[in-house]
Amino acid sequence: MELKANIPSGPMEQKWEKHRFDVKLVNPANKRKYTVLVVGTGLAGASAAASLAELGYKVKAYCFQDSPRRAHSIAAQGGINAAKNYCNDGDSVHRLFYDTVKGGDYRAREANVHRLAEISVNIIDQCVAQGVPFAREYGGLLANRSFGGTQVSRTFYARGQTGQQLLLGAYQALERQIGLGAVEMYPRTEMLDVILVNGAARGIVTRNLVTGKIESHVGDAVCLATGGYGNLFFLSTNAKQCNVTAIWRAHRKGACFANPCFTQIHPTCIPVSGDYQSKLTLMSESLRNDGRIWVPQQKGDKRAASQIPEGERDYYLERRYPSFGNLVPRDVASRAAKAACDEGRGVGPGGLGVYLDFGDAIKRLGENNVRDKYGNLFEMYERITDEDPYKQPMRIYPAIHYTMGGLWVDYNLQSTIPGLFVLGEANFSDHGANRLGASALMQGLADGYFIIPYTIGHYLANSKLDKVAPDDPVSKAAVGEAADRINKLLAVKGKRSPDSFHRELGKVMWDNCGMGRNAAGLQKALQRIPELREEFWKNIAVTGSGDEFNQQLEKAGRVADFLEFGELTCTDALHRNESCGGHFREEYQTPEGEAKRDDENFAYVAAWEWKGVGEKPVLNKEPLNFEIVHPTQRSYK
Amino acid sequence: MKLKLHIWRQKGPKAQGKMVTYEVPDASEHMSFLEMLDVLNERLIEKGEDPVAFDHDCREGICGMCGFVINGLPHGPKQATTTCQLHMRSFKDGDEITLEPWRAGSFPIVKDLAVDRGAFDRVIAAGGFVSVNTGAAQDGNAIPISKTIADLAMDAAACIGCGACVAACPNAAAMLFVAAKVSHLNLLPQGKPEKYARARNMVAQMDKEGFGNCTNARECEAACPKTIGVEFIARMNRDFLTGSLFDRPEGTGGGGA
Repeated sequence: MELKANIPSGPMEQKWEKHRFDVKLVNPANKRKYTVLVVGTGLAGASAAASLAELGYKVKAYCFQDSPRRAHSIAAQGGINAAKNYCNDGDSVHRLFYDTVKGGDYRAREANVHRLAEISVNIIDQCVAQGVPFAREYGGLLANRSFGGTQVSRTFYARGQTGQQLLLGAYQALERQIGLGAVEMYPRTEMLDVILVNGAARGIVTRNLVTGKIESHVGDAVCLATGGYGNLFFLSTNAKQCNVTAIWRAHRKGACFANPCFTQIHPTCIPVSGDYQSKLTLMSESLRNDGRIWVPQQKGDKRAASQIPEGERDYYLERRYPSFGNLVPRDVASRAAKAACDEGRGVGPGGLGVYLDFGDAIKRLGENNVRDKYGNLFEMYERITDEDPYKQPMRIYPAIHYTMGGLWVDYNLQSTIPGLFVLGEANFSDHGANRLGASALMQGLADGYFIIPYTIGHYLANSKLDKVAPDDPVSKAAVGEAADRINKLLAVKGKRSPDSFHRELGKVMWDNCGMGRNAAGLQKALQRIPELREEFWKNIAVTGSGDEFNQQLEKAGRVADFLEFGELTCTDALHRNESCGGHFREEYQTPEGEAKRDDENFAYVAAWEWKGVGEKPVLNKEPLNFEIVHPTQRSYK
Repeated sequence: MKLKLHIWRQKGPKAQGKMVTYEVPDASEHMSFLEMLDVLNERLIEKGEDPVAFDHDCREGICGMCGFVINGLPHGPKQATTTCQLHMRSFKDGDEITLEPWRAGSFPIVKDLAVDRGAFDRVIAAGGFVSVNTGAAQDGNAIPISKTIADLAMDAAACIGCGACVAACPNAAAMLFVAAKVSHLNLLPQGKPEKYARARNMVAQMDKEGFGNCTNARECEAACPKTIGVEFIARMNRDFLTGSLFDRPEGTGGGGA
C-alpha cells in the first residue's frame, strides 16, 4: 500500500496557510446536505462535532458513557501548551515546534507538528472566549507554568483540572449545537464497526448499551475520536472503559495502524497497592516543578524517608541531568525510576516506588503556597494512600498513560480508508515516539476545532458520494456481522470473566512490552497472546443477554479486540530494532543507559496492514524527512 | 475485613427492584469501594450469577460517572469524596453497608445502581454555554479578569455533574448543579452578555425535567464531592430574578431593518 502523506509543498511555516487556501470549500447551503458521524466526545470529538455543526454540517455524535461530558480527556490534570510567549522567556511557534519534534525523539512528521504549534495560540483564545476559567495572575492576565521537556513556561492551566475545564468548554459548545438541533447525540452507544461503500467510510454499526439494539448509521464521512489504547496493559491511568475497539475495527476494515509500540509511561503515578488494583492514578507532571525525586543511596535502605539524612539521598534526576533536572521528559524520567528500583533502591511495598519530595518547596514557598498550587493533587494522594504528602514524601512509580501510536493519517487527518478521519489520541499523530506534557490537550483541540473543519470540507467537495440508505445491503451485512459476534461471545458460556483475561493480557504486555523491551520477551509475548486468545474464545463467561444493559458483554467485546491488538503491538515493538522515546529496547542503549536511536534504518512511520486474525500483518513505511530539526542524540544533560 | 452488603437490584428501567444481601468475607482496607465491588462481581460471575451494574469510568473522582447512595449518604461517609475515591479504610470489620441508586424521578434507573442523568445534559443545552463559534475569538489576554473572580468561577466550574446534589436533596432539586454552571459563566466577562437569558432558560429546563424546588435544606452542599457551596444558588436566584423582572426576553427587541 502506498502511504500518501499529502504534505503541502513550500516552506515549513507557510504549509498550513497555503493548504488552507488550496483546500476546496463547501458553500454554506451545501453543507446542510452532508452528514458527518463523529465517534467519541472527548476534546477532539466534542470540539469537532461542535465546530462542524457551527459550520452547517449535519452531525451525529456518539459516546459510550452516559453523557458526552464523561470522556477521559476530563481527567487530564496539568495543562495545555501554547506558544503565546506571554512570559517573555523566549518562546515562539518555532520553539514549540522544535521542542515537540525533539521531545518525540524524531519520529513525528514535521509538517504536522509545525501546524500544531501554529494553532496552539488560537486554542487558548477560543477556550478563554468559551469561559474556561484558566488560572490568572493578580493583574488579571493568564498565568503560565513550566512542564517537562521544555525550558520555557508555556503551559496554561486551571488548577489541577485543566482537562476537565477544556472538555467542559467543548462539551458546552457541543450541547449548544444539540440544543439548536444541529447535532444528534447518541450517549450510551458503542461503535462496533465501520461501514464501507465503494471503499469509502459511509457509516458505522452501533450497539445501544441500554437496550442492546444493534443498528447502522450512515452519512458522508466518519470521524473517529475514540482515544488511546493504554488499557491494553489493564493497569493504566486511563479510565476503565477506554478501549481500542473503534480504531481496531476500522483497522480490520483497511485503515493502517501506525507505531502501536509507541506507548507512553508516565513517571509520576501512585504505585500499585494489591492484586485487586483496578487502575492507576496519575499525579500531574506539574508536581515535578517543585517536587524533588530521590531514592536512598544504599540498596535496601528500609528507614522512613525522614530518617534518611540529606547526604544519603540520591536525587538521581538532578545528578544525571543537571540542566533539566526533575523536568526531564517522561520517557527519561520513567526509565530512570525503573533503573533505581532495579538496583534495589526502590521504596515502599515491593520496592516499586521512588520519592517525590516537597520538603524543600514547603520550606521555600510555605505550605500555603504549595497548597494553592497543588492542593487538590495532594488531597487525592492522601485519599488513596492515607499518607500526608505535606509531612512525608509522595511515593510514585511509572504507569502506562498515553499512546502515541494510533491509526495512520495523512496531513488532512484522513486514514487509509477514504472518508475515515481520525482525531486526537486515536491517530498516530504529532508526538512521535514520546509526547511532551500538556501537549495532548493541545493536539486534541487542534484537530477538532481548527483542522478537521478545513480538511473534511476538502474531502466532501472532491468526492462523489451517492446516497446510502440505512437499510442498504452493505449496512445490513455489517449489522449482521456485529450481531453474530455478540452472539458468539454469549454462546461460549465458559468459566473465566472478561476482567480475568484482561488482567492476564495486561501482565503479559507490561512484563514484555512495557518500560523495557527485548527480543526474547517480545517473542514470548507473541507466543502467549494467541494462546490466551484461543482460551478466551473457548472459556469466556459472559453473564446475561445481548438485549439489555450488560457491562460484562461490553467488556468481553473490548477484551476480544485487545487480544488481537496486543499481538500487533508486540510485532511492532519486535521489528523496531532501536530505542526511541517510549520504545526502549534493552539491546539498543548507550553505555550510560540512554536510548539509542537508529536513524539510518528506522526513521519511518510503521503503518501496519491487517491480514486476518493470527496472520502476519504487512508493514508499510512512511519515511520521515527532517528539513528543519535535524535529528541528534537527544540530550537533557 | 468481613462485610455484609445490601444492594438494590433492578433488572431494567421498568422492572420491579429489591434489596439483595451479599457477603464479602475478605475486603482489604486499601481497596477502593469500587474495587471491593469488582471483587464481589468477579465471584458472582464465577457462580454464573448476574453481577451488580454500576456506572464508573475514570476512578479518579473527576468524570462524574460513578456514584450511589452508601448507608443513606450519596458517595458515602467521607466528605468531598466521590464513590470511586472512597476507600475501605472508611469502614470496619463486620460493617453492614446499604447501596442504593440515586433516587430522583428525573434520574430513571437503568439497571441496579446505574441511573440516567440525561436531564443534566438537557439543562446544559438550554443555556449552559457561551454562544461563541470556533474561530472568532480575540486574544486570550485581551480582557483581564481579576484573580478573585477567576478563582470563584473555577470553584463553581469544578462541578463534575455526578448528581449527588439531587440524590441528597429531600426535594430532588437540581439547584446546586444548575447554579454552579450559571455562576461559573455569569461571573466571567465572556458569559455576561447572556447572563439573564442563561439563568432563565436553564431554570426553565430544570423545571421541565421535573426536578424539585429548593427549600434551603443544604443537603446538596454537604453531599457535593467537589464542595460546591450554596452561595452559588443565591447568585443564580439573583440573576434569575433580575432576569425575569427587568431583562427583556429575546425576540421582543426593537426590530430594525
